[in-house]
Amino acid sequence: MVENIFVGFAEWLRSLLAAAGLPALFGDIVLMIVKVAGILAFIAISVLWIVYMERKMAAYFQARIGPNRVGPRGLLQTAADMGKLISKEIIIPRAADKIVFLLMPVLIFVPSLLLFAVVPFGKNMIAVDLNVGVFYFFAVASVSTIIFWAGGWASANKYALIGAMRAVAQMISYEVPMVLAILGVIMIVGSMKMSDIINAQQNVWFIFTQPVAFIIYVIAATAETNRTPFDLLEGESEIIAGPFIEYGGMGFAMWFLAEYANLILVSVLATTLFLGGWLAPFGLTFIPSWVWFLLKIYFMIWVFMWFRWTYPRIRVDQLMNFGWKVLVPLSLANIFVTGIGMFIYRAIGW
Amino acid sequence: MLRTEEITLNMGPQHPSTHGVFHVVLKMDHEVITEARPICGYLHRGIEKLAEARTYTQFIPYTDRLDYLAAMLNNTGYVQAVEKLMEIEVPERAEYIRVICCELSRIASHLIAVGTYSVDIGGITGFMYCLRDRERIMDLFEMVCGSRLTLSYMRIGGVAEDLPDEFIPALCQFLDEMPSRLDEYDGLITGNEIFQARTKHVGLLDPGVAINYGISGPNLRASGVFWDLRKNRPYSVYDRFDFEVPLGKRGDCFDRFTCRIKEMRQSLKIIRQAVEQLPEGPVMAKVPKVLKPPAGDVYHEIEGAKGILGYYVVSDGSNKPYRIHVRRPSFINLGFLNELCKGWKIADVVAILGSLDIVLGEVDC
Repeated sequence: MVENIFVGFAEWLRSLLAAAGLPALFGDIVLMIVKVAGILAFIAISVLWIVYMERKMAAYFQARIGPNRVGPRGLLQTAADMGKLISKEIIIPRAADKIVFLLMPVLIFVPSLLLFAVVPFGKNMIAVDLNVGVFYFFAVASVSTIIFWAGGWASANKYALIGAMRAVAQMISYEVPMVLAILGVIMIVGSMKMSDIINAQQNVWFIFTQPVAFIIYVIAATAETNRTPFDLLEGESEIIAGPFIEYGGMGFAMWFLAEYANLILVSVLATTLFLGGWLAPFGLTFIPSWVWFLLKIYFMIWVFMWFRWTYPRIRVDQLMNFGWKVLVPLSLANIFVTGIGMFIYRAIGW
Repeated sequence: MLRTEEITLNMGPQHPSTHGVFHVVLKMDHEVITEARPICGYLHRGIEKLAEARTYTQFIPYTDRLDYLAAMLNNTGYVQAVEKLMEIEVPERAEYIRVICCELSRIASHLIAVGTYSVDIGGITGFMYCLRDRERIMDLFEMVCGSRLTLSYMRIGGVAEDLPDEFIPALCQFLDEMPSRLDEYDGLITGNEIFQARTKHVGLLDPGVAINYGISGPNLRASGVFWDLRKNRPYSVYDRFDFEVPLGKRGDCFDRFTCRIKEMRQSLKIIRQAVEQLPEGPVMAKVPKVLKPPAGDVYHEIEGAKGILGYYVVSDGSNKPYRIHVRRPSFINLGFLNELCKGWKIADVVAILGSLDIVLGEVDC
């Protein structure tokens, strides 16, 4: 019952529309709108919650209490902050490229939103189960690099420019090992469809068969989301806020929220590819699949936060060295070993 | 071939990592520094000039505002200079109380240095841990003199008041707990691979160059030069304590950082011995109400938290100093910044500046 609450709702809606004598196309459109609304609500609520969670966790890591004034246990803190940021004046630097400057904080959300289309929230709960799901994911995710860069460039600030340049260098460099690491999984599954990848993990999660790929993925994902120890793009102690330095009020909030949306997305991908997606471990199937999925992504988010509040920041040349000289060869070796493993596996004929 | 050019970046005076209103004009080839020109003076208050219109006692609160993170040390340096000029014998107990307070101040200052350095490198958690423990020192100071930051506890001829009864137990508890806290910092900050990668072999300071530039304190000792006034030229009662002077090997940012952590351990050792040896007796020498030092001049220097802190006091025989000059270690330690930063990346400038541990109140005086 709980397991199928969302799927059941969709089917009920579809049958209701069919019973009203409306054409199937109309039903599809309505359902699509419902899905989009559902995903938007999910993003909005999750992001608000994750910002709160991050602040609270950071506080506990640092022997503090954290937000505890607005609402019960400070739960409304993020909402209050958003209210404050919305009400602020939007300041545009005189030298800035106005159109690009104002457009980029809006556009930064577009790739994140598009990516949620292929997120497998639970059994039969993917908005669009593309047959190139993983490929689509990376293709769209890399678009955000341009947006970061354009935002930094348009600010007409040297700190923003340095940050923007770093963003391009870092995100492109770390996309390579990330994709290469995931190839191992795709080789085993033989499909890039999200649901296929999850179903292939019925017996054993890929974190156990592809541990190196998982580690590379987590490292590269930290870099992709610009979080410590790879938060060079922001680098608050050297270039202050990087591309976001000139943004205030809601412009800044958009960058900020997009960062957390990206955090959810990389956790989603880690869960899907390595942690068995919605599959229940130890046969605990009485807990609905979507609850498992949420638990797993929140575990990954927690890991990323743990990194952030423990590690210092790496330097820009060390970042490049690490990416190209350690992660890329390692991920190539992983593909090679996976290939040999698969060959032997088939030759023995298990 | 694209045309490239150097960019000039104003780092500061409003920048989170310059530790105050400090301004560095960076000339950069992409991220590599070709020139780092420090500009200071944004916090200049003319303290040395103000001294000329104050009596000797009235100047004590101004010394708090120099290195406001180690106010006890600043107080001590000044009052000892005047005592030297007037040849006042300070009671034994007062000397011991001064040592305890000075070393506590040194720990407080180094805690800020260690914590802010952690932030400079990018780890915010370390900062919070250091501040948590510094808070306890602030509480101890509050017990002693009612003030937490600008203490003005030292007087010419002794200290303002005797220690309250609850101070020693609280101090002993602090001494017992602090070593494990320092281990915690070592685990969280010093032992971290990324931290070491960021700081080791960065901003190398050659011992010879360091001496030539007059660099002192932990920055000098990190380069391997044994120069600690508490050992080399003992003042007050420092010759009665058993402690070591931690030295670095390479003189890089990492050594400067670890030197401070090791110094905190030695300071704890000194305080423990001082508490054990603390004699009874008065805390104030018999000094006249109106201080009129004989005409003449005196230079007295002590080992401050940031380096050698010297006071040059000139008296014309009246109740106001004719001239006071302060040798501020933070200011002098900055002299070599340009050479230190050349060839490093912008992130290293922050690492180098942080490792020098400057306080802008002292740089600008």
